[in-house]
Amino acid sequence: MLTAAAGFLGNNETVLVGVGMPGQAATLAQGSHAPELTLVYESGAIGSRPARPPLSIGDPTLFAGALQSLSVADVFTFLIEGGRIDTAFVGAAEIDRLGRLNSTVIGPYESPKVRLPGSGGACEIVQYAKRSLLLSPLQERRFPAEVNFVTSAPPERAEILIVTDQCVLRRAPGGDEVELWRLYEGVEVADVDAVVGWPLRTSPELERMEVGGGIDD
Amino acid sequence: MAERATLSEAVAELVEPGSSLYITGFTHLIGFAAAHEIIRQKIEDLTLIRLTPDVVYDQMIAAGVASRLVFSYLGNPGVGNLHAIRRAIEGGEIEWTEYTHGSLIAALRAAASNLPFAPVEAVGATDLMKHNPGYATVEDPFGGGEIAVVAPVRPDLAIVHVQRVDQHGNVQVWGSTGDIREAAMAADRVIVTAEEIVDEAELRSDPNRTLLLGANVEAIALAPMAAHPSYAQGMYARDNRFYREWAEMSSTAEGARAYLDREVHGLDGREAYCELHRERLNELKRVGDQPAGTVNFGINAAIADVQE
Repeated sequence: MLTAAAGFLGNNETVLVGVGMPGQAATLAQGSHAPELTLVYESGAIGSRPARPPLSIGDPTLFAGALQSLSVADVFTFLIEGGRIDTAFVGAAEIDRLGRLNSTVIGPYESPKVRLPGSGGACEIVQYAKRSLLLSPLQERRFPAEVNFVTSAPPERAEILIVTDQCVLRRAPGGDEVELWRLYEGVEVADVDAVVGWPLRTSPELERMEVGGGIDD
Repeated sequence: MAERATLSEAVAELVEPGSSLYITGFTHLIGFAAAHEIIRQKIEDLTLIRLTPDVVYDQMIAAGVASRLVFSYLGNPGVGNLHAIRRAIEGGEIEWTEYTHGSLIAALRAAASNLPFAPVEAVGATDLMKHNPGYATVEDPFGGGEIAVVAPVRPDLAIVHVQRVDQHGNVQVWGSTGDIREAAMAADRVIVTAEEIVDEAELRSDPNRTLLLGANVEAIALAPMAAHPSYAQGMYARDNRFYREWAEMSSTAEGARAYLDREVHGLDGREAYCELHRERLNELKRVGDQPAGTVNFGINAAIADVQE
């Protein structure tokens, strides 16, 4: 998943990342085909060149030697809501046919079965970033036809990429629903169909994708 | 005008039972010492406001000092879940009001600039609209259709931990400034706790780094290491071991209570806490040297008379 995600990050892009897998994918891209990648963290670190993996997004290692230090408010108003993020990593427990994300709750909102972290910045990110990138293993419970709670809903112009451990799903800009877009070697359409909770459409651009051995592969 | 106080005096005087409180710090410079002091003084029925409740509010909620939580992201950053808050929410023991980061920031800015509401377009398409009475929709007077708006969020008090403050309460911060300015400007009153109290001249030599003015600050307390276990840029690293230990301890209500009994109620203040953790703190304080560049603020004093 990491290497696949890293492959989607272009050299001159501005990428909103977090700690953990998104940060690792960005670092992987920076170390190979995208040395000029600009990393943006919600904490206000812009253009970070971390000397070690950050413990959290406010980690001093993201600010020492950064291009700029902004407030959280400036990151949201100018960079995220201003539409200046090319690719943004988001997290979610569920994603549905329309590319809507749930990171809020499983079960009723007022008396939750499982309380999830909540939106954080995901609602604004999915609304304004050119492309939102979700890393998620391909599991039935994560791909229902309709999410239990709409935390983030992509507008028509946005692109949503869901990089899984078997394939890449995509809601294209201007598209109406999530489609199968890339299949990793050794995975068949039927394998994906068996997991996703709605009749999954195949993109006219469906291709096989080779994923090199990465940190997690 | 800001007055010098001890942390315990500032908390006793300015944190009122039943009031709303914002302790700042976006994973960096989190005011843990103030939170512990509030727990120690058993000031209850608080409304706790923060973008990211973090371990600091997990501890306060485990301690039972809060009746309501206002937030936009629940997580132990880089570690996982906040168990005490989840238990309280899933068990119906606490009320909560939930935002998104962008709209909670907009709500703080609306309060800070005396606006009746602020547009928050992205929230309009979400289910959160139905669950937070602080959201509504209005008709865009310029023909853009319906748009979601958010009511101001005005904390009674903000507690801000910073690297340095002068004797008048003027504040400088470097590294992540996070939510400090928005929360402090939105709040009715502000307490500043600081790693160092420096001379006004030192701040005046570098005005671009000044984040808050003393005119908006009620009390200043010197509180070294007050952000532990979180970080202070250029001063100490995060105690990540503690963040992981808290995840473990707080996985049961008894475990969380045992920690609070031992390290908050069982100690008479922050100095005792620092003494207890002296070795660990010394380890965390070993940061490298990476000074910021200097710039010239000099003027041409001879060009003085604009009437010339």
